[in-house]
Amino acid sequence: MKTPIYLDNHATTRMDPRVLEAMLPYFTEKFGNAASRNHEFGWEAEKAVDNARKQIADLIGATAKEIVFTSGATESDNLAIKGVAEMYAEKGNHIITAATEHKAVLDTCKKLEKHGYRVTYLPLKGDGLIDLDMLRESFTDKTILVTIMYANNEIGVLQPIAEIGKMCRERGVLFHTDGVQAIGKVPVDVNKDNIDIMSITGHKLYGPKGVGALYVRRRNPRVQITAQMDGGGHERGMRSGTLNVPAIVGLGEACAIARREMPEEMKRMRYLRDKLKSKLEAGLDEVFINGSMEHRLPQNLNMSFLYVEGESLLMGINDVAVSSGSACTSATLEPSYVLKALGLGDDLAHSSIRFGIGRFNTEEEIDYVADKVIDVVKKLRELSPLYEMVKEGVDLSKVQWAAH
Amino acid sequence: MAYSDKVLDHYNHPRNVGSLDKSASNVGTGMVGAPECGDVMKLQIQVNDESGVIEDAKFKTFGCGSAIASSSLATEWLKGKTVDQALQIKNTDIVNELSLPPVKIHCSVLAEDAIKAAIGDYRAKQSSKASAPAEQTVA
Repeated sequence: MKTPIYLDNHATTRMDPRVLEAMLPYFTEKFGNAASRNHEFGWEAEKAVDNARKQIADLIGATAKEIVFTSGATESDNLAIKGVAEMYAEKGNHIITAATEHKAVLDTCKKLEKHGYRVTYLPLKGDGLIDLDMLRESFTDKTILVTIMYANNEIGVLQPIAEIGKMCRERGVLFHTDGVQAIGKVPVDVNKDNIDIMSITGHKLYGPKGVGALYVRRRNPRVQITAQMDGGGHERGMRSGTLNVPAIVGLGEACAIARREMPEEMKRMRYLRDKLKSKLEAGLDEVFINGSMEHRLPQNLNMSFLYVEGESLLMGINDVAVSSGSACTSATLEPSYVLKALGLGDDLAHSSIRFGIGRFNTEEEIDYVADKVIDVVKKLRELSPLYEMVKEGVDLSKVQWAAH
Repeated sequence: MAYSDKVLDHYNHPRNVGSLDKSASNVGTGMVGAPECGDVMKLQIQVNDESGVIEDAKFKTFGCGSAIASSSLATEWLKGKTVDQALQIKNTDIVNELSLPPVKIHCSVLAEDAIKAAIGDYRAKQSSKASAPAEQTVA
């Protein structure tokens, strides 16, 4: 076993060697521009791009023509939300989203608010899911778009996408979902879930960075979005710019592998995750799972280790790459807004660790990580005045803290 | 974030972890910070009543590595100093010794506050002992 161990697969994933192999020829001998219509080089590139389009579409139950290539999910989210807002401005100006969305969605919505759009930010229930009744009540006759992520990047919680899609369809409101954490990890079907627009990225499913896609429904209803970048009118006029052929080939191959191997991989991921969870729960008291375990990606575990601060825990497990919701690990010195939206106190958010298991993790690694975390948490609790107080029977919520 | 060797050393081998009898008249306890802010420091000193010298110091800290290192270092520095000398310890001394980056300066401030709080508690106990009848416990 080699260290450091990578357990941060919600941040990015290692590229699958099979993906790299598929990409390589398109850097060198097959270097054509997919938009060159009148020679062999262009045709070859276009054929590769069309194949990738089909591979991506097959993974999500779409058709190849519904795939628009972008530079990644941030661009896809921007294009979807701003593109719909602009295209359907005459129909309405109201967008519904949720408090735990990725910043690419939240900040795009905030930008639109400055331009006169109204945005509803749905709060979350304690388990991280949106409240469907609250969503139902949030629609107005001005609502043009609902944008709710498929799976959350911190707590891995899967939103009730099919129900949201149905609700939107019944009201003639478009439904966009940021699918980056879910696609390739769990079955996603744009028709079954009534998804109209969906953001996709390469590097979260063992593909390359810097490439993504936007699924844009063509039938029932035909969705139109206004391009956010002017240029050669590539991608059916929705996204100009010469296509990044090698990366697109890689994204396609990553989707094809995910589709083939998903049933097996889901089982293996769930086994490893559940093993990690049960080992940590057996080895430590006062641990707390953040978010629903029932509606959750099989790759994700987000746990708070009470009375231990997240950054000090990361420091102790420095040969394991994970993330913390602790303020100390963020540039803003604010604890995770996702965990806070679940109603967690700052103290629990400060104590949280996100484990993201991936295709290349082994059982040996999971065992090592569990043992190491247990060791370090125990050591830090020896150091923790809070743990000592709790063991003495002090109710921490009743203490008057001298905040600084 | 890269930690300095001294921070790592205190984190890996914290000095003077533990608790002293907070009800003893010659023990001063300072507890500063709040769980919501991500750091709580408890720092205790045991003072020789005759000489006024700090004989022992203990800490427990909930916080990041820099907070743990700041309080661990503070206990090291406190031992052997008189209470008056201890009051001279400044957060900037801790920053310099541990090479704390700007985002971690609040950890050193917290450690200085903890020292002051512990000394304050000790002095309050001493003055109430002097004014109150002997052997009465102070709530």
